[in-house]
Amino acid sequence: MPDQVALTVNGRQMAVPPGSTVAVAVALANAACRRSVTGEPRGPLCGMGICFECRVAINGRLHCRSCQILCESGMEVTTDE
Amino acid sequence: MSKKPEQRFDVLVVGGGPAGIAASASAAECGLRVGIVDDNPDLGGQIWRGESSAHAPEAAQWVERLRAARVQVCSGMRVFHHLEPHTLLAEGPDLCQLRYQKLILATGARERFLPFPGWTLPNVMGAGGLQALVKSGLPIAGKRVVVAGSGPLLLAVAAYLRGHGAEIPIICEQASRASLARFGLALLGQPAKVKQGFSLRRDLSGIPYVANCWPTAALGRRTLESVVISRASGTEEIPCDYLACGFHLIPNTELAALLGCSIHQGYVKVDNFQQTSVSGVFCAGEPTSIGGLDLSLVEGQIAGLAAAGRGEDAKKLFGKRHRLQKFARLLDRTFALRAELRSLPLAETIVCRCEDVTHGRVNQYRSWRAAKLHTRCGMGPCQGRVCGPATQFLFDWIPDSVRPPIFPARLENLAAIESNPELQHTELTGAI
Repeated sequence: MPDQVALTVNGRQMAVPPGSTVAVAVALANAACRRSVTGEPRGPLCGMGICFECRVAINGRLHCRSCQILCESGMEVTTDE
Repeated sequence: MSKKPEQRFDVLVVGGGPAGIAASASAAECGLRVGIVDDNPDLGGQIWRGESSAHAPEAAQWVERLRAARVQVCSGMRVFHHLEPHTLLAEGPDLCQLRYQKLILATGARERFLPFPGWTLPNVMGAGGLQALVKSGLPIAGKRVVVAGSGPLLLAVAAYLRGHGAEIPIICEQASRASLARFGLALLGQPAKVKQGFSLRRDLSGIPYVANCWPTAALGRRTLESVVISRASGTEEIPCDYLACGFHLIPNTELAALLGCSIHQGYVKVDNFQQTSVSGVFCAGEPTSIGGLDLSLVEGQIAGLAAAGRGEDAKKLFGKRHRLQKFARLLDRTFALRAELRSLPLAETIVCRCEDVTHGRVNQYRSWRAAKLHTRCGMGPCQGRVCGPATQFLFDWIPDSVRPPIFPARLENLAAIESNPELQHTELTGAI
């Protein structure tokens, strides 16, 4: 298994340990996950896939709950920032 | 259209935490074909999430039993619909029909979140929420974390975070000192729990555990910078990187409700064999009462044995369950929420985070249904899982009946149901 998984968050190259969720990569990139309907920055709340605050786009697919999905090599993650 | 993948089981278990693991292993050891479905990447639920076998030998033993008994594990699959009797629909990378003779619900619990000014700022998280993120790889060493809210989870989370290098300046518990003291005394009748408590206390030495104390505001510009707490001596502002805040737990009863199981005072009603009011549908763990790991394991075993028709073996576990249920009732009493928490939100404080509906707007209505219709409170993707329990506490509102899909599902999967003549027609909302 590789030491690190390489992916991008908003175009920025990131390396995270294998087994990290996408929410972790987003936090390490100092990015908020999404903008609320009135434009507030939001990040994870429940950490278990219930609150939907940690939604991001992964490889172009919208509304993925970043706390439930493991980072994969070459993933392109985009937040609302 | 193409035929969807289909799986058939004698017993299907929904939920891969301790109750679900114990239930599926117990049923499969009786020789039945058993499947377990869970939406997380791995088994273990919240409490065993990301634990190595060295840290949680009990978890490793149970997972080994489950694998030895050839339980089929469907991870990363979320059940969102009950199509017809004995069939659930789950969504993972693909849509899957899960058919079963007997069903065991082990859907666990979630944290209760209460609104207060600033609670929507990034880095204000659930206590279990932050722990889950750290278990999934978030570095916490050197970070300052205020732990606040209510319930024994706060202590476990504080110990875990400190063990991973976080600085914990305070644990704020809203319950009174008197009820915590009664809880401590009552625990003397529960040797295993006392041992747990003592080892936690060692991990927590030097961290103030303050009763009658709760957060009144989270402050920061784009992200959390400090927390204001209320305590007997007055209010105090504490600079921090994270606020880990949850107000005890509430059971996940949505799937049980969708299946028509009776729910009493928020919990799924079960008989001695963990069977719900719907014949052939069992329920184990936190949805029946918030009792923690040991009770979940016993209830899971009883449900698994009962679903396999081994009622006599299940009966042998009734005594142990009875003792642990006393602990569950004690938890409910000890960590009951104080009325002052109802006055934390200001008019402009957001109550529904999905739709950004403020307390001032929601407060104009007299019922959950009226607030939903007029403000969209509870109509976002979390389907009221966060603001529903909050408004239940704030306004004594009773939640609506549950309708499918119980989680937002992809449009192509909802369309697949609609366009398939084999499947019953149903009104569906909540696509993403």
